[in-house]
Amino acid sequence: MTETPDRASAVIIGAGIVGNSLAYHLARLGWTQLVLLDKGPMPNPGGSTGHASNFIFPIEYSKMMMELTRDSTEQYKELGVFTRSGGIEVARTDARMQELRRRCTQAKSWGIPAEFLSPAGVRKLVPYLDDSVILGGAYFPTVGVVDSLRAGTLMRERAQQLDALTVVAGAEVLGIDKTADGRVAGVRTSKGDIATDVVAICCGVWSPRVARMAGARIPLTPIVHQMISVGPIALFDGTEGEIGYPIVRDVDENMYERQHGGDMEVGSYAHRPIIVAPDDIPSIDEAVLSPTEMPFTSDDFDPQLERALELMPDLLGDERAGVRYAINGLISMTPDGHPVLGETPEVPGLWSVAASWIKEGPGIGRAVAEWMSGVTPEVDIHEADICRFYPHQRTTAHVTARAREAFNKMYGIVHPSEQWQSGRPVRVSPVYQQERDLGAVFHETAGWERPMWYQHNRDLLDRYAGKLMDRGSEWESRWWSPIINAEHLAMRDRAALFDLSAFAILDITGPGALHAVQRVAVAQMQVPVGKVVYTSFLDDAGGIRADLTIMRLGPRHFRVVTGGATGMADLKWISDHLPDDGSAAVTDVTSAWTTFGLWGPKAREILRHLTDDDIANAAFPFGTCREIEAEGMTVLASRISYVGELGFELYLPIEQGRRLWEALFSAGLAYGMVPAGIGVYGTTGRLEKGYRAYGAELDAQYNLVEAGMTRPKVKEQDFVGKAGYLRQRAAPPAAILCTLTVDDHASASGELRYMLGGEPVLSAAGEPLTDAKGRRSYVTSAGSGPSVGKHLLLAYLPPQQALAGTPLLVEYLGEQYPVTVAVAGSTPLFDPANERVRS
Amino acid sequence: MDILVLVKRVPMVGGTMVLTADGQDVDTRMSGFTVSPHEECAVEEAVQVTERLGGTVTVLTLGPPEAADQLRDMLALGAHRGVLLETDGREWGPVATAAAIAAAIGELAPAAFPLILAGNEAADTGGYQVGIRLAHALGRPCVTGVKRLEIAGDMLRAWREYGGGQEEFELALPAVVSVKEGINLPRYPSLPGRLRAKRAQIEVRKPAWQPDGLRKIALRVPAGSAQRARVLGQGAGAVPELIRVLGDIGVLAPGGRADTDGIVA
Amino acid sequence: MSKPVLCLVEVDHGEIAATSQRALAVARSLARADPARADLARAGLASAGLASADLASADLARADPASARLPAVGGLTAVVFGPPGDSADRTAADLACQGVTELCLVASDELTCYAPVAWARAIEQLIAARSAAAVVAPATDRGAEVLAHLGALTGLPVAANCVAAAATGDQNWRLRRHRWAGSLLEDAVLAAPVALLTVAADAVADDGSALLPVAVADDAVADDGAGPEPAIAAPDASGQVFAPVSGGATIPAADVPVTTFAPALQAADLRVRATQSAGQGGGMSLATARVVVGGGRGVGGPDGFAALEELAGLLGGVVGVSRVVTSQGWRPHRQQVGQTGTKISPELYLACGISGAIQHMAGCQSAKHIVAVNTDPDAPIMSRAEYAVIGDLNEVIPALVAAIRAAGGQG
Repeated sequence: MTETPDRASAVIIGAGIVGNSLAYHLARLGWTQLVLLDKGPMPNPGGSTGHASNFIFPIEYSKMMMELTRDSTEQYKELGVFTRSGGIEVARTDARMQELRRRCTQAKSWGIPAEFLSPAGVRKLVPYLDDSVILGGAYFPTVGVVDSLRAGTLMRERAQQLDALTVVAGAEVLGIDKTADGRVAGVRTSKGDIATDVVAICCGVWSPRVARMAGARIPLTPIVHQMISVGPIALFDGTEGEIGYPIVRDVDENMYERQHGGDMEVGSYAHRPIIVAPDDIPSIDEAVLSPTEMPFTSDDFDPQLERALELMPDLLGDERAGVRYAINGLISMTPDGHPVLGETPEVPGLWSVAASWIKEGPGIGRAVAEWMSGVTPEVDIHEADICRFYPHQRTTAHVTARAREAFNKMYGIVHPSEQWQSGRPVRVSPVYQQERDLGAVFHETAGWERPMWYQHNRDLLDRYAGKLMDRGSEWESRWWSPIINAEHLAMRDRAALFDLSAFAILDITGPGALHAVQRVAVAQMQVPVGKVVYTSFLDDAGGIRADLTIMRLGPRHFRVVTGGATGMADLKWISDHLPDDGSAAVTDVTSAWTTFGLWGPKAREILRHLTDDDIANAAFPFGTCREIEAEGMTVLASRISYVGELGFELYLPIEQGRRLWEALFSAGLAYGMVPAGIGVYGTTGRLEKGYRAYGAELDAQYNLVEAGMTRPKVKEQDFVGKAGYLRQRAAPPAAILCTLTVDDHASASGELRYMLGGEPVLSAAGEPLTDAKGRRSYVTSAGSGPSVGKHLLLAYLPPQQALAGTPLLVEYLGEQYPVTVAVAGSTPLFDPANERVRS
Repeated sequence: MDILVLVKRVPMVGGTMVLTADGQDVDTRMSGFTVSPHEECAVEEAVQVTERLGGTVTVLTLGPPEAADQLRDMLALGAHRGVLLETDGREWGPVATAAAIAAAIGELAPAAFPLILAGNEAADTGGYQVGIRLAHALGRPCVTGVKRLEIAGDMLRAWREYGGGQEEFELALPAVVSVKEGINLPRYPSLPGRLRAKRAQIEVRKPAWQPDGLRKIALRVPAGSAQRARVLGQGAGAVPELIRVLGDIGVLAPGGRADTDGIVA
Repeated sequence: MSKPVLCLVEVDHGEIAATSQRALAVARSLARADPARADLARAGLASAGLASADLASADLARADPASARLPAVGGLTAVVFGPPGDSADRTAADLACQGVTELCLVASDELTCYAPVAWARAIEQLIAARSAAAVVAPATDRGAEVLAHLGALTGLPVAANCVAAAATGDQNWRLRRHRWAGSLLEDAVLAAPVALLTVAADAVADDGSALLPVAVADDAVADDGAGPEPAIAAPDASGQVFAPVSGGATIPAADVPVTTFAPALQAADLRVRATQSAGQGGGMSLATARVVVGGGRGVGGPDGFAALEELAGLLGGVVGVSRVVTSQGWRPHRQQVGQTGTKISPELYLACGISGAIQHMAGCQSAKHIVAVNTDPDAPIMSRAEYAVIGDLNEVIPALVAAIRAAGGQG
């Protein structure tokens, strides 16, 4: 038996696909003295990897997940454990037919081969499928299966060949020790203690349990996925290798059928969500099969048998084929379906590498290994950052409620704006009741209830009839209302009041505050007190890491205002880059401040009713902030706008928010001010102005030059990503972010269709556009531009297409629509001179 | 031939047992349930007999409402009818169990079951009595531990292992036979079988619990030895040390010749 | 007049079966040998390495004030089926060493072969004839079967697979028994005018700790309510309890009277009878083999057993397998070791590629030495085995075979 080393550069807990992959990539990146532990035996320690169905569909709507899957597939191929089988998603309903078209279209955006098939076409590939029960299918020829246990073994061996890794099987982690200042100090195991500064938890469904030993939380829950194996299948007798027919996903029934040698595996996500607390997972000794292969509950699966028999009546209905294996397999689910990666916010040195499927494991191993090595991961994994969670999102109640809700949507038709129903409301603004009274339709971000639009404004529909670009199809009008466009027009005409309480607000204070913000911000932060700076943060490689505004409130006081969704990650980023000498501190003051936005030509006049301070443009110009007295309260006002209008962001203590809101409301009445929702703020207003959004246009794979966000000068002071930024500026951009307008919305059936984002942009000849870095052009954001009367799309285009007036095509749900490049670069389509914001 | 098979719902267990806090039961919160292995073979045997000779297989269990799951599992293997003698979850002893089954058989038309099959003993309690007590209650002959069964007309011949050989029994039907694993290799349920089982109606009766003379105080897991095996080495490199240990144990007697034909039992 | 305990003893070619020896141990502790004799017995039993059951029971009987109120149980009658023969005296001598006070040979003209109901009927009559307090039998196929029939004939409950027992009051017995073939122990109360017990056939998995106290409040059959339950000890946990007896231990044996008993049998009692059939003798029995080479999932498939067979041959043993092997159809069920297969008690069990599930370990806990060969150093079997080789059996076993052959060649 291997001796347990008493010291390690890093201890990786868990030898599933993720832990093995992490060990290998760390070794490859030069780490030595690594230790990989598992409480179970090798090569199958009993976690979810051991019972995975091991197939990989390349198609994902999330770019991050798609890229992690793509990288993983390449790694599996390189390891020689990938077998291509092809895979088909079949449709039993019209709604699913549209969804499959959408998936094929999305595949084109990512450069993934996909083909739409008729029922007969499906049957040709899967002769045992009854094509009378389906309407069609989407065929993904690059789908394949892998041997994930073998892959793990090979990766482990490679790390050992590099003399970098000690593998200790049968070592159960008993505790994680910390230093006095809370850093990781070591791991105590049943086979000895190991001193280390770095611990990576790759424990899948056990991760929350292990993290808790160190006082950290990993928000995931084990949940049951049922699978049976039926055999022997006569047709598969004599099949070469593991699989000879495409994998079928019967997505309308939340099932899949996958050949595995002489058997057919049938898996289901259709049953009731069965959540198992991490503490209730049996030990290896107690388990009948393995700890994550829990006893099968046939009641839950039985209804699915009929569905499976419908689809493959002869093959599965063979009386001589028996259910030879049936499990309630445990898998991990997170509140948002994404993995949980990165250093835990609670314990420096403790990393979470959890909630991965087989299809992302190696990619995640690589990305996190890079991250742990101080190298910016090639795949932008900010959507998987463990820091994204707010405290309430890490509670067991929240995690399990969301897992319960999401489980049956595993193969569901999930709208891009789909809203969660469970665990709401949690965070509400001080005027939540007022908003409800106004008929607010709330969408949730980071737990905040944000009005998307107000039903109360429906009388505006008549007023703006003809300009509302109303959507006829159910799909595009889902989670949407023409009232958004009406609110937009009212704002442009007069004024609108926004509730922006979901902003995350972070104060950076102390003698080193300036140094701290200079270090992370691209923009020059040595600015006068009262200046508002819009800036990006870059990662070490120069990729875009954040997009936010910073107010200088005092010589040693800066206030960062950022989106609620990214607030926690930005907090961690700033915190990680604070000066080592303790001269600056960052504090999350989100819960102290509420924020309203007042914008529109009448904004100043309305605000004047509440204040005697001089708020004229000369005294209070654009890009500045100052305290004003308003309605007997002190309010921090900021001349800034994300909607391209004159106006203010108004910050005040949360308990005073209601008073200001009501005062603004009554003052605004005479001016025709309306309350407006995030539909205007986040989509229509910003798209007309070409404002970029983090996570849509802005991510680590595009740079500021390509996004058209460079400033004339680069500041002298050093900042994170500066070297990369300088390189980016020195080279011509490989792509340029453009605003496109849709020229004709009519589909073949004559219905007007409106893109929602993610669609591939094609040449006028219908060919995908690929830039010099191999990135395909796709729609990063889409939405109405009511003031310009066009449906607007943002997309990065290769320079040769990035010319105003260039005619192109956009493919949407399988059909192509003509579009035109309206603007190349950041010039707004609406008010190109930016006169309104500066008025 | 219409055959009645008695089965018992027992937890599936792994390498160690976990008890409930009060020590009264095996903790089954996370375990599945199955029927005792001998009984699964009894069902398989019954199904095979009816496949040869015609007739039906009725499976009967005495247990909590959830034991209907195990009846369905058996229906999926080819049994035709399921009868649940539903209890309130209390443990029943063999005397009361056999009495309840005997009473139920009276109601289910006894002549319909010339053959009653049981497992040799339940996996959990290992009582070895229900079949025998039932046979006495019905006035039938009974043979136990059977690993081979032949039916010809109204006679049956049964074989079981004894002392390295076999002993054979011949008795007239109707009879009660308890079988042991190994009599056959039970099949897996087919999907159509599962569906039939799912749709089947389980007949439920509710016998009254009776004390049995034997009363459980508590269960416990035997204090396991904390010992770990002494590792002699890795792979083939351990062979010299292994040889030495075998020598010490005394199984390397020089000239010791084995009967390489294996076993007959 | 004290009431004797009857113990069904199976004798095979003049030897008392190991399983019957275990039954005798429990029967003896139940019989509560006269305290005055305990001192006498102590020296001999202890010197023979015999366990503490008798002594503890005897000590208990002296120390426990409640014992004064206990029914007078005394005397241990070994019941052996079969006509008196040449070996009866030797058997009697052997039984004397086990604390038996009477050897009763049951025989009648009708009892020409094993007939379970007839045996039970005979014991039923013997209970009456001897005013027996209890009947103990080994939980072998025959022992368990006969006691179950006896229970049915008499309407008495049967406690199966006991490992320890004591009388605690009028018609009240405390006992500890196996569940799950010894993976669990149950402490229980038996209320019966005559206790019918079978004794677990395996080496006894009991730690000899005190029986749990009865919760008096809800105890419908509480005996005397006399405070703390008596601590009784079982035969010790080493699993080596009585094996040495047959090897000529020098225990001062009292004369054991040999009696005969002829039951009155009806035709119905003889309806089911065993007739010996062919196949006995030729090979070696898995149950009695001195060496068992076990193969489990790790063997990998039906072809992997050739090496194990070869090794078993060299060691004078046989091959046994785990349940997964038979359910996969790799080997016939008759080779299965386990709760639902054969229970083995070899000198050496060499378990290859066997993880050590409860079901399997229940069949090999009587093995004197267990050596495991497994790739997984943390398989459950590692905490049951005495020695282990970490490695792939497909590498280790051929190497071992080669080494043994080489050594044989030199010798």
